[in-house]
Amino acid sequence: MTQDLNQAGRMASGKTRKSYDGVVACLPVTIPYRRYSTNSAHWWLGRALHELVTRAGLRPTDIDGFAVSSFTVGPDTAVGLTQHFGLSPRWLDHIPFGGASGIVALRRAARAVQAGDAEIVACVAADTNHVDSFRKTLSTFSRFAQDAVYPYGSGGANASFALITKNYMNSYGARREDFAKLCIAQRDNALSIPHALMKKKLTMDEYMSARPIADPIHLFDCVMPCAGAEALLVCREDTAKSLNLPFVRILSTVERHNAFPADPMQVRGGWAVDVDELWSMAGRKPGDVDFVETYDDYPVIVMMQLEDLGFCKKGEGPDFVRSHSFTNDGSFPHNTSGGQLSVGQAGAAGGSLGLIEAMRQLTAQPLGTAVPDAKTCLVSGFGMINYDRGLSSCAAILARAA
Amino acid sequence: MTEPLVRPKRKNPLRRTRQPLSPQGVRSRTAHGLTAAAAEGRFALQVCLDCGAVVYPPRDACPSCLSARLPFRDVDRGGTLLAETTVQTSTDPYFRERTPWRVGSVKLDVGPVVVAHLHGDTVEGGRVRLEFKLDKSGSAVAIALPAKDTENMADDPHLREMTCDPKFRRVLITDGRNVVGQAMAKAFSDAGASIVFVGLADAWKPFPGLDALRQIERVEIVPLDVTDTESVTEQAEQNGARIDIIVNTAEHVRSGGVVDRHGLTVAREEMDIRYLGLLRLAQAFGPVLRSRGADGVNSAAAFVNLLSVHALMNWPAYGSHSATEAACLSAAQCMRAELRPGGVKVLNVFFGPLETEWFQTVPPPKVSPAALASAVVRALKQGVEDAFVGDVAEDVRQRLAVNPKALEREMVG
Repeated sequence: MTQDLNQAGRMASGKTRKSYDGVVACLPVTIPYRRYSTNSAHWWLGRALHELVTRAGLRPTDIDGFAVSSFTVGPDTAVGLTQHFGLSPRWLDHIPFGGASGIVALRRAARAVQAGDAEIVACVAADTNHVDSFRKTLSTFSRFAQDAVYPYGSGGANASFALITKNYMNSYGARREDFAKLCIAQRDNALSIPHALMKKKLTMDEYMSARPIADPIHLFDCVMPCAGAEALLVCREDTAKSLNLPFVRILSTVERHNAFPADPMQVRGGWAVDVDELWSMAGRKPGDVDFVETYDDYPVIVMMQLEDLGFCKKGEGPDFVRSHSFTNDGSFPHNTSGGQLSVGQAGAAGGSLGLIEAMRQLTAQPLGTAVPDAKTCLVSGFGMINYDRGLSSCAAILARAA
Repeated sequence: MTEPLVRPKRKNPLRRTRQPLSPQGVRSRTAHGLTAAAAEGRFALQVCLDCGAVVYPPRDACPSCLSARLPFRDVDRGGTLLAETTVQTSTDPYFRERTPWRVGSVKLDVGPVVVAHLHGDTVEGGRVRLEFKLDKSGSAVAIALPAKDTENMADDPHLREMTCDPKFRRVLITDGRNVVGQAMAKAFSDAGASIVFVGLADAWKPFPGLDALRQIERVEIVPLDVTDTESVTEQAEQNGARIDIIVNTAEHVRSGGVVDRHGLTVAREEMDIRYLGLLRLAQAFGPVLRSRGADGVNSAAAFVNLLSVHALMNWPAYGSHSATEAACLSAAQCMRAELRPGGVKVLNVFFGPLETEWFQTVPPPKVSPAALASAVVRALKQGVEDAFVGDVAEDVRQRLAVNPKALEREMVG
C-alpha cells in the first residue's frame, strides 16, 4: 500500500497542469428518462444532439467536435454515428467509461477546444434500456466479469458492491442507517425534479425494511436502470457569449484508472491519488464549494468520495454523514437533483447526471430546488467495475461565470 | 454446521421434472486454464515465470511486469474470507431458482483476491481453502471451503451442485460379472447410494462372486447385456428415469497388437463390447440423464467411463485393445458436449493394468479393482472430470505431457 502511494505521489508531482482559462461548458441538456424504451441508443443520442443544436441555434455541421458515451450503441462506434447524425467533426472521441464518462469527456473536450483542434464540442451520453438489456450488459460487461464474476450468482453490480459495502462497514463502522441518510436526503432533493423516476418521499422505515438484494445492499441502495440522455457543449468563452449561452468555468479536473491495485478490497478510489492537485489547480479548499455532486451508484461509494476528495479523512465518512443534512437547503447540499438513486441510471448517461445538474445550478437555471448562492461546485465520477472494484475515478471543480 | 441431506422421498410421477439450467459457462480461452485444473481437481493459478507474481483473474500479460510467460501452476489454496454477501436477486435463470446464494471475496495467501462461491460452513473473517470445481455449465468456478473438514460438508447445497456425490443417488453398474463391477457395487453401496443396480447378461450363468454381490446392501440385479441393443433399451425403459449415475464396467481385455494378431474376430468383440456397448448405453440412457440434471437431491449426475490409460498412448502389447479404448475416449468427449446442457458430467477414469486375470503376465505395479472403485467414488465426490488411478496411469500422464513422441517410443517393450 505504501509503495502504491509513493508511486502515485511521484506520478502526481512534476509539471503543473495547464489551466482551462478561456474554455467553458454550456447548454446542459437532459432528455427525460424512461424506465424502459423501445427506442435505440441512437434515438436517445439523436434527441440530445437535436436539443443542443436547436437551443444553441446551430446547424449540425457547426458541431466540429463530438464525444459520445454509450454502452448500448453497438455495433456502432463514434465514427459510425457521425454518418448516422450527419456530423462532419474534425475531433471525435468515444468514451464508454460508465460513471466516469461525463467528466472525462468534459476534460478531453476542453483540451481540444483550448488547443484549437475543435471549436464546438458536443459531449453526449445516452443509453437505452430494453426489457432484457440489463442482463445482457452484465454478463458481457468485461472479460473479467465474464470469467470471474458473473458465474458467481450473477448478482451483477449489486453483488460486487455488496462485498465492497460489507468490507467498508466492517472496516470503518458504517451502519445501514448512515447509508439511509444519504439516500433519503437525495430523495428529498429529487422531489422537485419533474423527470425523476422515483419521486415519492423515502422514510427511514421504508429504507430499513426494504427487501434485501445482496446483503447488506437493499432495494433503496440500488439505482434503477433506465433509458435517457445527457449532453452539453464545450467551447471558448467568446463562442458561448456570441451564442448567448450561459456558461460555467472549469477550474480543475482529474482522472485516474486502476489506482491502488494492491488494496485487497476497494476502500478508496483514484481521487485519493489526485485530490491535492484537484484543489490546488482550482485554487480552492474543500470548504470553499457550495455544493457537491458525487457519483452515487451505491451509497458506500458516496462515502468514499467524501473521504477521498478531502471533505473528511479515510474512515470518517460515517461520522461526516451523521453531521450533515445533504439537502439543497441544508448543510452540505449534495446530489441536488436526487442523483441516480432517485432520477434513475441511464447507463453511461449516469456519469453526466451530476455534471449537468451542477451546470444548471451554477447558471441559475435548476430544474428543481436551487442551492442558495451556488458559486462553486465539485463534481465527481466513478465507473467501470471490471472485476472486484470500480476502476475509473474523476472529478472536476466548476464555477459560476460571473 | 451443514444440515445432513434427507433421503429424498419417492418422486410424485405427476409432478413436472424441473428442467436443467446452467450458469454462464462462457470463458476466455485463457480462463479455461482453470477449467483444466478443475477437471483434475487441482488448484492452479497463473504464475509469472519472470517475476513470480501469482495472477487472478486469468490474464494474457502479467500485471506486475507485463511478461507473457504465465503458465498455470499448482499453488497454495489457503486464504481468508474478507467479506461475504448473499445474492437474493439474480439476473440469471439458473441462480434465480437457487437464491439465496452466498458469495464472498477471498484473499489468498499467495496474493490475489478471488470472488468465490461459499460453502455454508465458511465464516466471514475466517480461514478458508479454495478449490476450483466444474459447475453445471462445465466451466471452472472457485468455491471456498472451511479450512478444516466439517460434519456433512459434502451435503452443502452449493457444493453438491458442483459434485456428483453418490450419496442418495441411484447407480447403474453395467456389468457385475467381472471383479471390477463387483468392486464398484460394493464401493457405491458403501458411499450411500440409494440403489445400486447391477447389470448381468445371462444371469442364469453362474460366476464367482455372485453370492457376495447379492449380499451387498441395496444391490438390485437387473438384466443388461451391453452387446444387445434391445436389452440396453429395455433396461433404460425400465429404470432409466431413476438412474443418476452410470458406471460402465463392461470390459474385454485381450493382449495382442494390430500387426501381430490374426483376423478380426477379437477386434470385433472388443469394439462391440467396449465402443458399441458405450454407444448403446449413451443412446438409451443419455437423453433421460440429460433431462434429469436438476431433478432435486437425486438428480442425474454422471456417466463414468473406465478407460485404460493406453487410450491416450497405444501400448503395443495390448495394441488393438488400446485402439478400442481410444475410440471410447473420443466418444466420451462427444458425450460430454451432448450431456453438458443437462449439467451431467462425463467422468473418465484412466488406469494402468489391473490386478485381474487378463493382465496375468504383466508385472506390477497394478491397480486392484477395489482401489479403482474407491478412486471412482472419490472422483465423483470431488466432481472432477478426469482421474488417473495408480502409478502406471500417472506415469503415462506425466510423460505424455512432457514429450508424447518419447512416450510413443518408450511404450514398446
